Amino acid sequence: MTSPLPFHRRVEQALGNQQLRGAIGRATARKVEGRLAALAGLADADRLRDEGRRIRANALGRLDEQLTRFVEQVERHGGTAVWAPDADHAVRYLVDLARARGVKSIVKSKSMVTEEIELNRAIEAAGLRVVETDLGEYVIQLDHDHPSHIVAPIIHKTRQDIAATFKREVGATDADVADIPSMTAFARRKLRQDFLTAGMGVSGVNFGIAETGTLCICTNEGNGRLTTTVPRIHVAFMGIERILPTLADLGIMLQLLARSSTGQKLTAYTNLLTGPRRPGLDAESDGPDELHVVLVDNGRSHVLGSELAEILYCIRCGACLNACPVYRQIGGHAYGSVYPGPVGAVFTPAIGGLADWSDLPHASSLCGACREVCPVRIDIPRMLLALRARAATEGHGPWWARVGLRAYRFTAVRPTLFRLAGRLTARATSLVARDGRISKLPGPLAGWTRYREFPAMAPRTFQEQWKGRRQESGSGISSAGL
Amino acid sequence: MRLLYPSRVKPRSVQLLVTCLIDHFFPQTGLAAVEVLERHGVSVTCPAGQTCCGQPAFNAGSWNDARAMARHTLDVLSKDERPIVVPSGSCADMVLHHYETLLAAEPAYAKKAHDVASRTYEFSQFLVDVLGITDTGATGTGRVTYHAACHGLRGLGVDRQPRALLEHVRGIERCPLRDADVCCGFGGLFAVKMADISGAMLAAKLDAIEESRADTVVVTDVSCGMHVQGGLERRGSRVRVRHLAEVLASR
Repeated sequence: MTSPLPFHRRVEQALGNQQLRGAIGRATARKVEGRLAALAGLADADRLRDEGRRIRANALGRLDEQLTRFVEQVERHGGTAVWAPDADHAVRYLVDLARARGVKSIVKSKSMVTEEIELNRAIEAAGLRVVETDLGEYVIQLDHDHPSHIVAPIIHKTRQDIAATFKREVGATDADVADIPSMTAFARRKLRQDFLTAGMGVSGVNFGIAETGTLCICTNEGNGRLTTTVPRIHVAFMGIERILPTLADLGIMLQLLARSSTGQKLTAYTNLLTGPRRPGLDAESDGPDELHVVLVDNGRSHVLGSELAEILYCIRCGACLNACPVYRQIGGHAYGSVYPGPVGAVFTPAIGGLADWSDLPHASSLCGACREVCPVRIDIPRMLLALRARAATEGHGPWWARVGLRAYRFTAVRPTLFRLAGRLTARATSLVARDGRISKLPGPLAGWTRYREFPAMAPRTFQEQWKGRRQESGSGISSAGL
Repeated sequence: MRLLYPSRVKPRSVQLLVTCLIDHFFPQTGLAAVEVLERHGVSVTCPAGQTCCGQPAFNAGSWNDARAMARHTLDVLSKDERPIVVPSGSCADMVLHHYETLLAAEPAYAKKAHDVASRTYEFSQFLVDVLGITDTGATGTGRVTYHAACHGLRGLGVDRQPRALLEHVRGIERCPLRDADVCCGFGGLFAVKMADISGAMLAAKLDAIEESRADTVVVTDVSCGMHVQGGLERRGSRVRVRHLAEVLASR
């Protein structure tokens, strides 16, 4: 999951790309409006969110029990459930299965967990063919790109970008890319053949229902339904945290998911799959002959019970990305992780460790917009702070911040010294200030003056004036602007 | 939600937690807060020895440093039992919501933190919710817009209070600010460590401010104010930032 470029370089690239920033700014603004409108249509959105949170807390609080039940039910309905402790186990299971069944070609529905375990790379390395069938993911695959949003993978691209990709990679004509309906029709024609010839369909799972062993898969394009029903074998990859105890719980979560995500009441296709196609007397006419569920841990069980456990409540609606002013400026790729934005800044280091990801928890101004919009009220800022504390303890981060804060603390607990240090700093800054401001600060503080003036310190502190005021008692107060 | 000042008797006297930024950079904001409080019959003391609440260290992850500063601030504020008024949403949020967690392993200080939090108020919150004042008798001129600083807004629910106070300032024209609740990009050390992202967020905020046609941006947090003002000055803008207390102090 690591990216070859350091975080600040990726940010620089993103900020320098006006087209990308324009596309992301417009798309996130639309989603934020859509979410607000959709939640306004609910009688009591706040109570529903409380209920959603309670359901997730309950599911995760008894995860072992829920997973055991889920596996029993999947198997009772004729499916196979396997446990994948890490990415290697998960991808190897699929590759071995494909080989054993003589599968040459695989169709895939959109799934973040398969991005996380880099499934496509493993499939292609094994000499098999895999086709992404979600329109956005299809474009990503043709472009050898990565998704930049957990719900809208090509949020960073414009229609023109996609037209160029279609012409370059799959021989689209000008007529094929004339407008959006032509482009989707073109992609549909291309993909239809793949659906019909694939030996295996791979999907993610939005929710796994413990009481019934049912998989719930939400999509907007219908490709998910084709992927899970047309090929003879269906393999679903599910992060172990995506469990819900009951179908009644699903009823609540579905009300929250699409509204928070795309502003829809429900996604256009909400599929509930329980076991493979039933043979015999009550035979079903479609569906796969074999159903496999790969339960992906990949670091999640270490997060359970830790101060970061709450991040596993996430239902991947992407609302926190859309609301995050940092994400809105830099987009998903700059985070360098499969899961970008506020949720990714917690989830990625939580499962992947801080050694590679210590910058991510700092990529937030802690404004709290993510917590405000989360459908299950995950306190992301609290966990960003906890990760920062962990990173500091492990010695990540720049030395100057450590030394500077230590020195600041040393004076701050000694008021006389604090005043003296303040006076000395004020005197020093008065030498470089012009018209009450400083345009260039030295060292690490130069970051501030790259974009803003820095104010000169006051000639007399509040405390000094306060003392003077007490002595003169009731003298007038001048209140110049900030 | 915590109980407002429990006695039902409006406090006649408060302690001011002046904050390190106001003390050293914007003393006029602290003095303006005092003037407004005194105008409404509340006498103000300013406990000696106060320095910094520790928020910068806390946000940076240096919790040992933050703890030391939190303990110091609690010692200073615990010497007397009066309510505490803070003319800064983020410092008030630090005292109210993070001290107890930070000091959970030290029962004596956790208790102090709980006690201090139960009587700490952000400035506009104290005026409106505790004293029940929305008209401070202030007058002003020009076009004024309001930026809702994040920690006050989401940490403390401060939004309606400053808006109500501004509504009663005579002589000003109020202008709506697009995305008033979107972060200006300050975030303490974020503005320095992630300077480029912060700069991009600031640019978006400044665009919205210019679009509002206001000549004054009102804030309840001088840290955001310092950031926005610095950005406006760098752009050569004539728009100025003022803390709510300063607007309310002028007549």
